[in-house]
Amino acid sequence: MKERIIFGYDPFVIPFTLGVIFILLYLGTGTVRILLSLKREEAINLLSSIFSVKIFKTFKDILFDVLLHIKIFKRNILLGYMHTSIAFGWFMLIFIGHIEVILYTPQRNGVIYYPVFFRYFVMETSQTLRGAFFFFLMDLFLLIVISGVALAIYKRFRSVRLGMKRTTRLKTGDKIALWSLWMIFPLRLLAESFTADISGGSFLTSTINNLLGRFAESTLYMDTIWWAYSCALALFLFALPFSRYMHIPTEILLIFLRNAGIKSTSSRDGFAESEIYSCSSCGICIDACPMSVSGNKSEYTSVYLLRKLRRRRQDSLFMAEQCLMCGKCVELCPVEIDSCRLKLLKKRENFPNKIFDYDYLGKREPVVESRANLEKKSKVLYYAGCMTHLTPQIYRSLFNIMDRAKIEYSFMDRDGSICCGRPLILSGGENAAKDLVEANSKIILSSNADILLLSCPICFKVFNENYNLKGVKVMHHSQYINLLIQEEKIKLKKGDFSVVYHDPCDLGRGSLVYTEPREVISAAAILKESSNLPNESICCGGSLASRRFTQSERDSVTLHSLEKLNVNNPQKLVTSCPLCLKSFAKLNKRETLDIAQLVENQMI
Amino acid sequence: MVDFGFKLSSSNRIDLDSCDSDLFLKLKAESGTIKQCIACGSCASSCSAANFTGVNFRKTILLIERGKNEEAKELIKGCMLCGKCTLVCPRGINTREIILSINQYYKKERF
Repeated sequence: MKERIIFGYDPFVIPFTLGVIFILLYLGTGTVRILLSLKREEAINLLSSIFSVKIFKTFKDILFDVLLHIKIFKRNILLGYMHTSIAFGWFMLIFIGHIEVILYTPQRNGVIYYPVFFRYFVMETSQTLRGAFFFFLMDLFLLIVISGVALAIYKRFRSVRLGMKRTTRLKTGDKIALWSLWMIFPLRLLAESFTADISGGSFLTSTINNLLGRFAESTLYMDTIWWAYSCALALFLFALPFSRYMHIPTEILLIFLRNAGIKSTSSRDGFAESEIYSCSSCGICIDACPMSVSGNKSEYTSVYLLRKLRRRRQDSLFMAEQCLMCGKCVELCPVEIDSCRLKLLKKRENFPNKIFDYDYLGKREPVVESRANLEKKSKVLYYAGCMTHLTPQIYRSLFNIMDRAKIEYSFMDRDGSICCGRPLILSGGENAAKDLVEANSKIILSSNADILLLSCPICFKVFNENYNLKGVKVMHHSQYINLLIQEEKIKLKKGDFSVVYHDPCDLGRGSLVYTEPREVISAAAILKESSNLPNESICCGGSLASRRFTQSERDSVTLHSLEKLNVNNPQKLVTSCPLCLKSFAKLNKRETLDIAQLVENQMI
Repeated sequence: MVDFGFKLSSSNRIDLDSCDSDLFLKLKAESGTIKQCIACGSCASSCSAANFTGVNFRKTILLIERGKNEEAKELIKGCMLCGKCTLVCPRGINTREIILSINQYYKKERF
């Protein structure tokens, strides 16, 4: 393989080279800014994760998430293919381009534009095996990328075919980058085809060259097309920082930082910045979000919130306050951006901490009311929490079960509870909630209990995450009932009716308790699946996180969730959250039960 | 003046034309549910914080309607935002939004 142009230079490379220099400078500055904003221990963590076996996980994540998009494949094969073909195909084009330069024109190593415009600068007189092999690979990957681009264009018109009901609305920067991205590959194909009779080509480029040769003089159009190709690349590179395609380089940084265990501490800067720029605006969260069912609320979904955060818009706070914090968008996000955390941080930054005043809690002596003998320290301490006090049928059933199993327990908040603090935390009042956490901790620790039994997943999550209860095992009542069944302290008869189980957000996605409730229900009735996977269950609409949702909007979320739950026509709906129970019971035409009620009914 | 041991009590009259209705109007503009209140008192009777202190949401709405914003803020500052009042409200008033908005209003004014 010989060089066709002696100096290895042609003016058409200028736009592309400028674009590359611009983007490298931009990315370098951005990376340095993010790295400098890390705290000392975070930086140490980052270094230790780079120089240890963890680096293999990082490389694996980069390969699977950035190049192969395995997570999107799991959602929809066509959608996955679209992303993989463009990302992996393009990466291979660049990668093989570099190998070609290293092998055939080693004197041009390090010239930025050479691997990209390789075919313009070389000529292939005879078909050598090595040349044919690489040219075949290049043509193959170009074909793969072009098929991906074709799918992407098709998706603009019929996104449902690729498994997406709604797609993201694009901004100007996104559109420019998108169009130039669509242009790049057809132009590359044309450019390489026009030079295929000089530089050599393979099944794609040679064929097109033959075809074109019949009605167009390739040397006439060659320069124009290579110029166009270079300009399209430059346009894309210059538009990149102002478009959603910033996720391509940023995601690599994000994976490095995430694998070092770094979490966001502000809603916009530092690590959060790498999360915000990693959002590819793919729009998977729009379909996932329960808000989308309610009229115009889909514009408050995570993708648009991240965009507002990126532009430092004031209304991002209002959007964060809309969110039900069910966590489904985080669960489904192919980039694993913890947008819920960013929303929390945004709310926290604007919370009126100084006004809330919980001094009255500190003045009270901790009192534990007990149905059992107070002298004997009972091992189980039951905390109903605010929500369960509104649905007393849950704890009545639970007490009946525990009485039958001859368990002694104390009822921590029979005379009214101090809130667990999660509603406050969800509104951004992490600092204000400390008083509540302290007051509750004092009561729990003074009771000497082994197990803290809860009925409410909202409390369950916060007791696990924000409390420091040494030696006290926090259990949700679905887990506890499952334990009682396993220890054969209670016996159930299997009913002949079918039920569907709704995973409460804070118990399922929030605390990863999926199997225990299902085991309990399987012992008591015939369990039917809903149309959603357990980790994709839809919020009941009652969530306390949203400050802005009105009652009618909540109802529409509830109805949507019910529709998905009742798809297999079960006779009853079972849940394990007092708030879900209250939301569903109001609108469900079938019987709605808590898991404790179901077990109580089926106890022998 | 001779002290007879009693005096005239000061007027409790509220002049709705001159009272400070700024906060009430703001809350009305936000989602407007505040004006649906029928003062049934479900919120106050279910309140977790009311077990320990004088938090009373029904009274808070009344005070805000009458322009006694400062008193309303004092009455609501012990709220734990647990959300029981939202669930029991027969009129679907978004109580937590109103409570947070009152506090945010004062945050902007004062701090």
